[in-house]
Amino acid sequence: MRSFRLATLVMASALCATQSRAEETIKVGILHSLSGTMAISETSLKDVALMTIDEINAKGGVLGKKIEPIVVDPASNWPLFAEKARQLLTQDKVAVVFGCWTSVSRKSVLPVFEELNGLLFYPVQYEGEELSQNIFYTGAAPNQQAIPAVEYLMSKEGGGATRFFLLGTDYVYPRTTNKILRAFLRSKGVPETDIQETYTPFGHSDYQTIVAQVKAFGAGGRTAVISTINGDSNVPFYKELGNQGLKATDIPVVAFSVGEEELRGIDTKPLIGHLAAWNYFMSVKNKENAAFIKKWKAYVKKNKLPGGDSRVTNDPMEATYVGMHMWAQAVKKAGSVKVDEVRKAMSGQTFPAPSGFVLKMDETNHHLWKPVMIGEVQGDGQFDVVWKTDKPIRAQPWSPFIPGNEKHAELR
Amino acid sequence: MIAALAIATALNATTLDKLARGDSREEAISALVAAGDAAALPVLRALQEGNLYLSEAGAVLIDDRGTLRDALSGAPAAVPREEVEKVGINNRLRRSLTRAIAALGLFSAAAADRLAAARALQESGDADLLPAVQKALQGETDARVKEALRGTHAMLALASPDRQKRFAAIEELRKAHAQRQLTQRLALEQDPQILAALRSAIESVEASQRRADMVGLVFSGLSLASILLLAALGLAITFGLMGVINMAHGELLMVGAYATWLVQSAFRGGRFFDWYLAAALPASFVAAALAGVLLELFVVRKLYGRPLETLLATWGASLLAIQAVRTAFGAQNVEVSNPSWMSGGVTLLAGLVLPFNRIAIFAFAASVLLLVWALLTRTRLGLLVRAVTQDRQRAAGLGVATPRIDLLAFALGSGIAGLGGCALSQIGNVGPELGQGFIVDSFMVVVLGGVGQLAGTVIAAAGLGIVSKFLEPSAGAVMAKIAVLVFVILFIQRRPQGLFALRGRAVDEG
Repeated sequence: MRSFRLATLVMASALCATQSRAEETIKVGILHSLSGTMAISETSLKDVALMTIDEINAKGGVLGKKIEPIVVDPASNWPLFAEKARQLLTQDKVAVVFGCWTSVSRKSVLPVFEELNGLLFYPVQYEGEELSQNIFYTGAAPNQQAIPAVEYLMSKEGGGATRFFLLGTDYVYPRTTNKILRAFLRSKGVPETDIQETYTPFGHSDYQTIVAQVKAFGAGGRTAVISTINGDSNVPFYKELGNQGLKATDIPVVAFSVGEEELRGIDTKPLIGHLAAWNYFMSVKNKENAAFIKKWKAYVKKNKLPGGDSRVTNDPMEATYVGMHMWAQAVKKAGSVKVDEVRKAMSGQTFPAPSGFVLKMDETNHHLWKPVMIGEVQGDGQFDVVWKTDKPIRAQPWSPFIPGNEKHAELR
Repeated sequence: MIAALAIATALNATTLDKLARGDSREEAISALVAAGDAAALPVLRALQEGNLYLSEAGAVLIDDRGTLRDALSGAPAAVPREEVEKVGINNRLRRSLTRAIAALGLFSAAAADRLAAARALQESGDADLLPAVQKALQGETDARVKEALRGTHAMLALASPDRQKRFAAIEELRKAHAQRQLTQRLALEQDPQILAALRSAIESVEASQRRADMVGLVFSGLSLASILLLAALGLAITFGLMGVINMAHGELLMVGAYATWLVQSAFRGGRFFDWYLAAALPASFVAAALAGVLLELFVVRKLYGRPLETLLATWGASLLAIQAVRTAFGAQNVEVSNPSWMSGGVTLLAGLVLPFNRIAIFAFAASVLLLVWALLTRTRLGLLVRAVTQDRQRAAGLGVATPRIDLLAFALGSGIAGLGGCALSQIGNVGPELGQGFIVDSFMVVVLGGVGQLAGTVIAAAGLGIVSKFLEPSAGAVMAKIAVLVFVILFIQRRPQGLFALRGRAVDEG
């Protein structure tokens, strides 16, 4: 009985301690699915966000205060994203939120952030066609990923593809991206008959007929597959490719949503030579990246995260890391965590990113300038960079290839 | 083209250096092919397989199963691993390398190698290689290789200025079903007679392609059917025979898949890795059966005859199982690699490859089906299970320990689900949510087939598999899925009892 009383006492005093400390912290919301279908991708973004907060706190925090993470789980449930965002902004009163992966979750929280004048950092490549004053986009816009990748496929080095098979999961990101790509290909003189668009449902796992279609389509000339398949459907798709003997040297597949994390669940030997386009790869060699990977491995080990030694870094993790550091810098510059002042301070903010470039937040369009890299899958689940831009390029959130976007000319 | 321009050079320090760095690698490869220097083969192979390294001092090294050797002399090099960098290549170089390796194979000492090289080149259909093929033809003595080489030569001669040669080449290409090469030539060819020959050749290739597609569709359908069957067979026992609406059935599949993964992890790196499935099959059966026993003892047992409560309770159990696995093994999918004999496929017709893993799963589904059928109809256990499920009270009255039979039957159904999970791990993802994707399909198959009927389950699985695969090419995967669901709804409305109705007491009870 005494021990129980003792425990209560300890707990009570601990509670007091956290309460008194809470006065001196800056709260930061983390809004990533830790369960449900997107947990596969979003869990590591939550982990890397916590790691970055530890890192900033170890250097004394911001404005003399420590950052306190508030982690919530919207459970891959789009309306729940909006509810949790509202809770973070009104109950927990966080200064900023880092979160979302799918475009549909971002679209769901956007009205909440605009209504309550919150601040969201969104770290994933997406389809563009959006620009909110309450969001900073640290992932790639289509001209920073999709279009350069297609240009590479059409070049001599990339195999000189003349026919394109656009294959995606059936939702807003693949459909919009393919709309942009189709217009881009048409502008390059590729006829309609040389473009085929096919969609599969979320979680589709039987790619037999689709791989057969790709093969038949490939008989008509040099073909490349542009894959916007999302989530774990990629595993059966690549397995089927390997088993039906479709090699990257015959028909390369370039993917926009397949990174190191997604390849962790696949035996990559049959996939050597297939491509992915991102703004960062774990295999990039430079001082910042070596430090980033070292920090990540140490964090995984210290916190005994599941997966242990096999945990990797990837592009959205880098974007989260860069975004959070930029936010901290902007808060220091503004001398306040008020959204309006931080937003002003964010413009033109720079950070030496693990991609090996000093990245800049654009002065007007809320998107990062990013380098583009094309990587080939290697046998060890890593990518070997075969092509990259020599400097970061500016985002075009409103693609010039979608009719009606002329009115956003000043933001392009 | 480049091959003709490049000056033929054998492998020496300069060409080696060109191969390992710089922008003239393509030319270096072509020069080696033009020289017909078979000594360059190991270096080219190493480059293709990513085993070629460059040391900081500039030496070119080959990684020969863990030891670094000098690429020219073959002597072991004493360079630490940290100081070497892999020589990277892209798809264009990889293609050139594949061709170069095949071309150089023409000059190998073994006749079998030369034959393989001649055949490989036939598929590449690249006129750049004509000089190398001609050179090989002159020196060839083996009759079979010579014949294959002539064929290759004809194929490469599609671009030849001689009309007769082009006619012969078209005929060869038609036999080889090389539609792409023919189509490409169509744009370049001027001669009207040859154009006509090209067109008819393309047509005949297309016709045979359509036949191959048809066979391919049937095979895909049967393959999907075998997967549906494996997923649903366990449910056909627990739901079909015992009447338990087991929403946690998908999680039993998942337990089987995770058991396979654990066994595979234990075998990884060992000599018997290719045969890990032999151990994984019983392991997945036992693991899922144990999970089934726990489920029966703590949840299902108390709820026999109360379907709604069973549904909710087992659904809760399934959520618990998903979260437990997520906590234990992480939210990420885990990697289950196919044993090497399951990768790749057999070429049945030109343009139709049947993957080995699908063939294996088809055979596996058939044998599990046979096993279940034999167990239910040919053993005492099967007899008792059928007796209890058909008339529980009378069976009890005759001295059958019904709770024990229930437990055994449920464990059997769960174990079969575990076997299904083991098979599913070979073609799809293994993650905590694996079962969620199959629960709807499983129930659909069992209900469509008629509750309580093994034969119905089999026919429903085959029907659904083939129908959805035949719809997919024309309607797209999304519409095909919707169409199948609509079809099942309409069918169940017309025939609530499913394809095969069970007559007798069991129906009255239900």
